[in-house]
Amino acid sequence: MTLPAVELDHTTLRMGGHTVLRDVSFAVESGEFIGVLGPNGAGKTTLMRAVLGLCPPAAGTIRVFGEKPRRGDAAIGYLPQTRTVIPDLRIRGIDFIGASLDGHRWGLPAHNSGARHMIAEALEAVGARELAQRPLSEMSGGERQRLLLAQALIGRPKLLLLDEPLIMLDARHQEVAIDVVRKACRERGITVLFSAHELNQLLGAVDRVLYLGNGQAVLGAIDDVVTAPVLSRLYGTEIEVVRAAGRVFVMARGLDVERVEHMHDHDHGHGHGHAHHHEH
Amino acid sequence: MFQYDFMTNAFAAAGIVAVVSGCVGFFLVMRGQTFAGHALSHIGFAGATGAALIGLAPLWGLVGFTVAGGIVMGLLSERISNRDVAIGVVLSLALGFGLLFLHYYTAFASQATALLFGNVLAVDHATIATLAALGAVTLLGLGAIMRPLVFMSLQPELAEARGVPLRFVSTAFLAIVALAVSQCAQIVGVLLVFTLMVGPPAAAQRLATGLWSGLALSAALALAEAWAGIALAFQSDWPVSFCITVLSAAGYFAALGLSGFRPRVVATN
Repeated sequence: MTLPAVELDHTTLRMGGHTVLRDVSFAVESGEFIGVLGPNGAGKTTLMRAVLGLCPPAAGTIRVFGEKPRRGDAAIGYLPQTRTVIPDLRIRGIDFIGASLDGHRWGLPAHNSGARHMIAEALEAVGARELAQRPLSEMSGGERQRLLLAQALIGRPKLLLLDEPLIMLDARHQEVAIDVVRKACRERGITVLFSAHELNQLLGAVDRVLYLGNGQAVLGAIDDVVTAPVLSRLYGTEIEVVRAAGRVFVMARGLDVERVEHMHDHDHGHGHGHAHHHEH
Repeated sequence: MFQYDFMTNAFAAAGIVAVVSGCVGFFLVMRGQTFAGHALSHIGFAGATGAALIGLAPLWGLVGFTVAGGIVMGLLSERISNRDVAIGVVLSLALGFGLLFLHYYTAFASQATALLFGNVLAVDHATIATLAALGAVTLLGLGAIMRPLVFMSLQPELAEARGVPLRFVSTAFLAIVALAVSQCAQIVGVLLVFTLMVGPPAAAQRLATGLWSGLALSAALALAEAWAGIALAFQSDWPVSFCITVLSAAGYFAALGLSGFRPRVVATN
């Protein structure tokens, strides 16, 4: 029996004075591909930061491969949600990733041919070999996202924490990204926590889903978790789950919840001019 | 023009300072903290005039105040150093204090222009030795933190997760910027430190796509502009600082033109 990759035991997480997750317990087995879902502000990012050791639990425990999370754990590959704007620099993709290798060490940055090879290999895996020589300032949001995904795969991580890796990717590259991650999960036995806005993108790829909401977390098979009673509890409002044409729609009062969430995000990125148009 | 002692001194001092400014400024521009650098120089003005008022060498007042200012800004990082308004207010306050100190030390008034706009032609051997020592300390410090600095400038969230002490590194960096600003002020004055610390690095970042090539180009441009500025001033009898600002601006706009005003791709969705 191997240790769970990530285990929360009666864990409470607080962020800036308010409780994000309250008395939550679940265990992600080693090698699982977990889709992390839930409304905005449900604690997806906070959970990942806690696993990284950046946000110690207010109560309960977190174990990562049986140990307390610690900052700088080389076994964890991380793709942060792009909260800060990546600076408008003409630095090449290869130098961008190169700066992250051993980036915590003092002294001058230097990357040898071994590092270059690793970077090229990781870029190849996400179908982005050409980004090595492309300046950052000329990359689209999607290309930057693929660069970050490649970077997260470098260095043989045992656990991948991917925070909204599909944002800014077009449909084709979303598929590529999910494929790459699934392959890494299956072939290298990497455990994956993959947060996303829409469940449908992950259908067929993930082993189980972790749904967060209302301070709670439910981990289980899609058919057990994505149900009206469970989601109504997590969203704190009456939810209908409609299955049609091989897809799952999570609806509140006749509106597709995930789409509405997505529009919220979109609005935040582009000012509040149209912030209320979905309420009609 | 090298038969004059003051000219060789000017070239030596400007050479040291330009290389230091080009290197430190490269990271200042990369991190988008140029305004913080500008504010540090104004804080330095208050320090220099204050030091003169109590009978100390202006350079040490400059160094002391800017480094203290840099450390405070770094420690308050989230709250202050990236907030233009807060920095602007502190900057004006510092300049105001500088004026107050000048008011009480009228004999110093002739040197006020030198502090504000630089006076590289008046540099003596002792100052060059001091600048060389300060420059060496600055570059050594920069070298020590360069790897985590680049990492956290490009990807702060990931750097934090990997265990980079963000606050310490950003504070150390602002202290290094402060040292560079103090040296730069000796050449082009506190009001014009942008001309060596921002112009050349910004131009270099439009042209170079590599980390090391960009850094080298930034230092080389700063050096070329500083030296050419002094030579131009010698021929034309215009103020040295003016000549350097013209070359710095010309270099930046030429780089913008060369890089072709490429549209900035923000996102495709």
